[in-house]
Amino acid sequence: MIHPIPAGTRDVLPDEMRELRAIGERLRETFEQAGYGEVWTPLVEYEDVLRAGDENAADVAYRMFDDHGQVLALRSDMTIPIARVVATRFADSDGPLRLCYSAHAYRTVGRRTGQQTEFLQSGVELIGIPGEEGEAEVVALTLDALENAGLARYRIGVGDGALYRRLLAALAIPAESHRELLDCLTRRDLVGLELRVDGLGLARDARDLLVGLPEMRGGPEILDRAPGLAADALAHLRSLYEVLDARGIGDRVILDLGLVRDLGYYTGAVFELYDPAVGFALGGGGRYDDLIGRFGDPRPACGIALDVQRVHIAQAAEESQR
Amino acid sequence: MSPPGLTIAVPRGALMTGALDLLDTLGVDTAEVRSNDRKLLFEDAGIVTMRPSDVPTYVEHGAADIGITGKDVLLEEPQRDVYELLDLGFGRCEMVVAAQQGADPLGEAQRRLGRVRIATKYTRIASEHFASTGRQAEIIAVKGSVELAPLTGLVDGIVDLTATGKTLAENGLEVVEEIVTCTARLIANPVAHKLKAAEIDALVEQLRADAP
Repeated sequence: MIHPIPAGTRDVLPDEMRELRAIGERLRETFEQAGYGEVWTPLVEYEDVLRAGDENAADVAYRMFDDHGQVLALRSDMTIPIARVVATRFADSDGPLRLCYSAHAYRTVGRRTGQQTEFLQSGVELIGIPGEEGEAEVVALTLDALENAGLARYRIGVGDGALYRRLLAALAIPAESHRELLDCLTRRDLVGLELRVDGLGLARDARDLLVGLPEMRGGPEILDRAPGLAADALAHLRSLYEVLDARGIGDRVILDLGLVRDLGYYTGAVFELYDPAVGFALGGGGRYDDLIGRFGDPRPACGIALDVQRVHIAQAAEESQR
Repeated sequence: MSPPGLTIAVPRGALMTGALDLLDTLGVDTAEVRSNDRKLLFEDAGIVTMRPSDVPTYVEHGAADIGITGKDVLLEEPQRDVYELLDLGFGRCEMVVAAQQGADPLGEAQRRLGRVRIATKYTRIASEHFASTGRQAEIIAVKGSVELAPLTGLVDGIVDLTATGKTLAENGLEVVEEIVTCTARLIANPVAHKLKAAEIDALVEQLRADAP
């Protein structure tokens, strides 16, 4: 007899569980030892709360009603719940806050893509430290955590989630075209992007920039290839890179001007974690300076979340390739 | 010789010759692939071969770094997380709505029954086409020769890919609407696009330079 479980979920049995637990533990210990205190929030939130954080409610997969007819949702990430916690439970504290978590979240995924609807996230949020100082701390800590989890070949992509949007504004591209251009970029459809940009009748330089930006990725030299537009964003990436390089992790960094994250609350730097042994990102994050303000207590913040199961897959793959 | 450090997913079938010709211009030795149509994995050339609709799957999961497949495949599976890097230009086909010649079975069904029945392998493309043109359609998925479906009365029309229209004509069908032109595309795994940027860029640059 078959008793199915919902698509995108799975049972974890002892052999795997031991390894998964060990990796989760190493991540958590790294975060705790760096002064990041673990928090726990409800698995269910009011949908309105998630929607306050992101207009798409951060791609919530499961909704239900409570006994008063209110719409509840299974959280789709930990960042919005933690923003709520910071704005309400830590409203009185002024100094920087360092929080970490290890918790399940739920997201819609395409059918039969093999991706998980239910996934275990382990991550950090650093609240109250603006600019590259905060970002560098979070990046360095995440890379430490991956090292401690047994990975050796991990890399981190660093970009600016608002860069393309700002370029469109700086180049005075008509607002009605922004959405479809950004949509092409998010879907990684560079052929469609080129086609649509060509349809705008722009000057050569502007056209080449909008078409070429997604391909600008690599070491700090790509910042020289990038144009003077949005100079402050590029200057910020440069100084972030310099801080990371000074910490000895410059060679782990891939500056990526085309990097976009699909959640709407990122305001500046964005990150994505990779390992050559696996074909998908291990996690990601970024700076979200407006998010906590949406819950009434504006503070700069940034964070990164790792998908523990994907870290495990990468660790196993690296091990077998050694 | 293989392009340094890249695994390439090459589609079998109609796109294969075009894909291999293209790889020849990049200096990849495709002789063994051409001479052996049962073998699937060619490690020396860095080539894996598969049906075109599997190419995005292998590339998305990183089993191949880059791949060549038709735009029709990408349109049918838009949720695949892959970069679409280049329109390679070859393998040009039309995605069309076709119906039996002469009579207007689609118009007739639409007018009298309020919906059309369509057989296709491309259920998503067909659904979107009829929805976006304000018509209700009952989409019937078939796997084999789609041309048979309207001849047996299973459906009023079909949505299918056609290069010359010859197969349609031989079965008494004609194109009644053109949906989209499809050509071969170069796609890349998102992580490979970051971690093997130099290799991928070199390949893309060469293909762009060779393009007419």
